Amino acid sequence: MEHSGISVLFQGRNFVRLLGGLWTSVWIAALALVFGLLLGALIGLLRTSKSKLLRAIFRIYLEFFRIVPTVVLLFLFYYILPRQVGINWPGSVMATIAFALWVSAEFSDIVRGALISVPKVQQESGLALGLSKWQLFIYVLLPQAFQLELPATINLATRVIKTTSLLMMISVMDLINVGQQIIEANNQSHPTAVFWIYGLIFLLYFIVDYPLSLWSKKVARRNQN
Amino acid sequence: MDWQIIQQSLPQFAQGFRETLWLSLVGILGAMVVGLCCSLIQYFKVPVARQLVSVYVELFRNTPLLIQLFFLYYAFPVMGLKMSAVTCGIIGLIFLGGAYMAEGFTGGFDGVSKTQVDSGRALGMSNWQLARYIVFPQGFSLSVPSLAANIIFLIKETSIFSVIAIPELTNTALDLIGLYYRSNEYLFVLVIAYAIILIPLSLLLTWLEKRVRYGTFGD
Repeated sequence: MEHSGISVLFQGRNFVRLLGGLWTSVWIAALALVFGLLLGALIGLLRTSKSKLLRAIFRIYLEFFRIVPTVVLLFLFYYILPRQVGINWPGSVMATIAFALWVSAEFSDIVRGALISVPKVQQESGLALGLSKWQLFIYVLLPQAFQLELPATINLATRVIKTTSLLMMISVMDLINVGQQIIEANNQSHPTAVFWIYGLIFLLYFIVDYPLSLWSKKVARRNQN
Repeated sequence: MDWQIIQQSLPQFAQGFRETLWLSLVGILGAMVVGLCCSLIQYFKVPVARQLVSVYVELFRNTPLLIQLFFLYYAFPVMGLKMSAVTCGIIGLIFLGGAYMAEGFTGGFDGVSKTQVDSGRALGMSNWQLARYIVFPQGFSLSVPSLAANIIFLIKETSIFSVIAIPELTNTALDLIGLYYRSNEYLFVLVIAYAIILIPLSLLLTWLEKRVRYGTFGD
């Protein structure tokens, strides 16, 4: 088994390094989700407002992020921001911002959908009880909308995690980039290492995403009943 | 922004545009076929095949296309299976898309009321006839919204083909940026090119979604 590629996985610190790469990916996804969901909730709320202008602006915001593929989005942030605005942050920060804005656009649509699908009676009952607009939002709309939007939000999270695979394209030391380094270092002695490393990365992504998608399905089923 | 540079790059982008279009088209059609087969297998609970399908769907839905492509393009050759980048790209897109489309079709088929299927059975229809005359026509219109979303998603996913050097739109732009360092211009053309494909398409699909909704029975 000396020259079998699988041994590369456990040579030196290779396995730990791969897990470190995974940690970077997950960390960026998590940060992007936190900021994106907060911003998205606000935008979603604004999208249910009466102002036509406000709705139009955020609609265009959403459509922009829907049309531009995420790879291209990353490049926009990576190439254009430093040159045009003079901001020169590392790729991981740029990626977090790009992902957060993308999440906020997608999430705003989820929030809007959930808010408008809370039955009208609920709002009217709240108003009849003398709740203020703010109280109505916090105690009536938000809890119900949250339950409705949870499956779609979890799905969005799994998408963000999968999209972190693109980080290697703007030279962030993510899971795949670490994997590539290990493969290149061992290419001569262990030509089959590429199979095992990419196989492991495939599996690692699955291990992170699969529980989330199971959870989302479970919540969706509960919502239906 | 230098318009001269944009103008000079247009022939190359046109090439990439065509590449993106045909790769998407083949990928989407393939994915629809794979997805439909998978969801029919699940719908009629075909033993063994059904378990295989659900493993396939979960594996491909929960992993990124990029690593699937790397596996096909870099890892398969050491195991003795060498394919061109375009072949890998198309296979990857069909398998990824197939998993998503399967979920889309399944969602629609589950919406077909049980009485319809039972009535069909009572009339002595075979599984194939049930699928052909009852489940598919009614379920399809229900699955259109999620199929439409998948179509847009798959077209955007072709941008990931650039990592295995398929000369589609994104790869064209990256190549040009690497050669001439004019990121503003080329990224601008790139975004416009995707908008040219996706805006009309998403309008068309939205129209289609509204259109088929009228076809739903008793709604």
